[in-house]
Amino acid sequence: MSRLANTFETLSQSGRKALIPFITAGDPNPDFTVPMMHAMVEAGVDVIELGVPFSDPMADGPVIQRASERALAHKMSLRRTLEVAMEFRRTNQHTPVVLMGYLNPIEAMGYEEFANAAARADIDGVLTVDLPPEEGENCAALLKARDIDPIFLLAPNSSADRIQKMDAIGSGYLYYVSLKGVTGAGHLNTDDVETKLKEIRANTSLPIGIGFGVKDAETAKTLASLGDGVVVGSALISKIEANLDDLGQAKQAIFELLTSMRQAMDERSI
Amino acid sequence: MTEKYTMPDARGHFGPYGGMFVAETLIPPIQQLNAAYQQYLDDPDFVAELDRDMQYYVGRPSPLYHAERWSRELGGAQIYLKREDLNHTGSHKINNTIGQALLAKRMGKTRIIAETGAGQHGVATATVAARLGLECVVYMGAVDVARQSLNVYRMKLLGATVVAVESGSKTLKDALNEALRDWVTNVDNTFYIIGTVAGPHPYPAMVRDFQSIIGREAKQQCLDATGRLPDALVACVGGGSNAIGLFYPFIDDKSVAMYGVEAAGDGIETGRHSAPLAAGRPGVLHGNRTYLMADDDGEIIETHSISAGLDYPGVGPEHSWLKDTGRANYVSITDNEALDGFYALTRMEGIIPALESSHAMAYAMKLAPTMSQDEIMIINLSGRGDKDMQTMARREGIEL
Repeated sequence: MSRLANTFETLSQSGRKALIPFITAGDPNPDFTVPMMHAMVEAGVDVIELGVPFSDPMADGPVIQRASERALAHKMSLRRTLEVAMEFRRTNQHTPVVLMGYLNPIEAMGYEEFANAAARADIDGVLTVDLPPEEGENCAALLKARDIDPIFLLAPNSSADRIQKMDAIGSGYLYYVSLKGVTGAGHLNTDDVETKLKEIRANTSLPIGIGFGVKDAETAKTLASLGDGVVVGSALISKIEANLDDLGQAKQAIFELLTSMRQAMDERSI
Repeated sequence: MTEKYTMPDARGHFGPYGGMFVAETLIPPIQQLNAAYQQYLDDPDFVAELDRDMQYYVGRPSPLYHAERWSRELGGAQIYLKREDLNHTGSHKINNTIGQALLAKRMGKTRIIAETGAGQHGVATATVAARLGLECVVYMGAVDVARQSLNVYRMKLLGATVVAVESGSKTLKDALNEALRDWVTNVDNTFYIIGTVAGPHPYPAMVRDFQSIIGREAKQQCLDATGRLPDALVACVGGGSNAIGLFYPFIDDKSVAMYGVEAAGDGIETGRHSAPLAAGRPGVLHGNRTYLMADDDGEIIETHSISAGLDYPGVGPEHSWLKDTGRANYVSITDNEALDGFYALTRMEGIIPALESSHAMAYAMKLAPTMSQDEIMIINLSGRGDKDMQTMARREGIEL
């Protein structure tokens, strides 16, 4: 069983939901990332999505785009992101790490070389924002052959047959983009999410992580009651951005936000 | 070989290029767009409305003008100019925006968005939006807003909202990123009019089809004027919509050579250019696989050209295919050479070309003398130079 499947299985047995933070590798500098990943694990997260910086992050809002820009200013790259993941893995063998980014860095490296490098870095999942299943079968097969889960996005306007397509080609979990928009947008409607989740559940048995627009413990708690995991990204990166002159403070603020989310998600709801 | 050219395939692939590389939220609207486009492509009412607009609103057909004095001066091929500069709004861009706006109307969309580099596509979009009473938002890199202020004013006059994009390199690629973000947020009521033959399928094929009126007219006009097909076609290539528009109807006419002219900026060897076909590598950006200017890590490199309309790190996927198959030749022209082309056409023929089109003129000045006087070259004069008066005056030390 893959590390991701195992994580969701264990959580499910104890009636808990996955807390999945997203940070961009190398933001605001390459030394920040690995200690931050360990601190997030201490705060109680279950899976880490590690953003691969890209010059043109079309599906992301301004907060994550600026994170990419800060990381790229330090020459962060896909190769160096894999090194970051490898370093994290040296002292943590249980927390799944999912790479999240755009296709062009993978194209530049070559699909097969990338799949091999990701396997060497003990990466658990790969989510490529601009690689829908229509174009992604080859890449997904290369990853699966190395026990890496290809993770796909679902959107509010994804039809039943598309959900089935993701179910067939994806593994690990599916990432439900809870709103039409970019990351960090502010108009999340939980009733809509609840309705859509019913349709998604009817078409896949994969765990569902819900992301985009998760700002605080309360939203995390609500979404946790609907999905199997909650992804939080822009809200964390905002803490980095607000504390660029005091990164110890940034780390502490992220730790506290994740701790509050963990607690809220673990409270038994009625 | 008599095999007919049929690219792209049903999924929008030109060989390894093209395709539909977008985030999941954009898949449904792109599929809807493709369905609508396939439906109306051959719909008699739609075609009739488009033809009427092309004739009475755009002013088509645009003339094919024999530049006799310039041909004599260069001492080689007979040069004919396809006068897209005479279209309403001053460039070939309106051929496409009319087509897409009519499609938007039939699809019931009430809001139009667009990206623009030089501002020509933005003006052409704002123009059709004004005429159809549609809300219009144009994204433009902050650098381009500064160097094309005349077009910014035109768009505002036409009722469009112009958003200056401050992210990344603040040019065309960043405007495209921002327009995609708007689209993903407002997919229900918004139609995204992409200005070039790039983006996810069906845009490269759809924009080509709307622009290919250029080549269809030119072919007939050349036959009428000279009794035969041209020997060479020359057009500038940024995203490549005016070039594909001219080339496409000639692809199966193997005797017709095609030259796409990229912007070499300060020179290919300096790295400061916008010539992905000459010096780039295949990759994926803005929804399609194509030649790109990217570094070894796959990060997109900042581009440079004197002309905002060619300042883009990618190129339409069909051009990548035509390059690899050898059907078209891709060459490049530096900023300084383009200026020579600009002045030559202005002084020789009394026609002031856009800086984008000046790249095609400059290459023609190299190519024409190598051809014989009974050979025929058609250059796509894709736009007029009015928008570049400030840039040119500033270079000459004059403040307007």
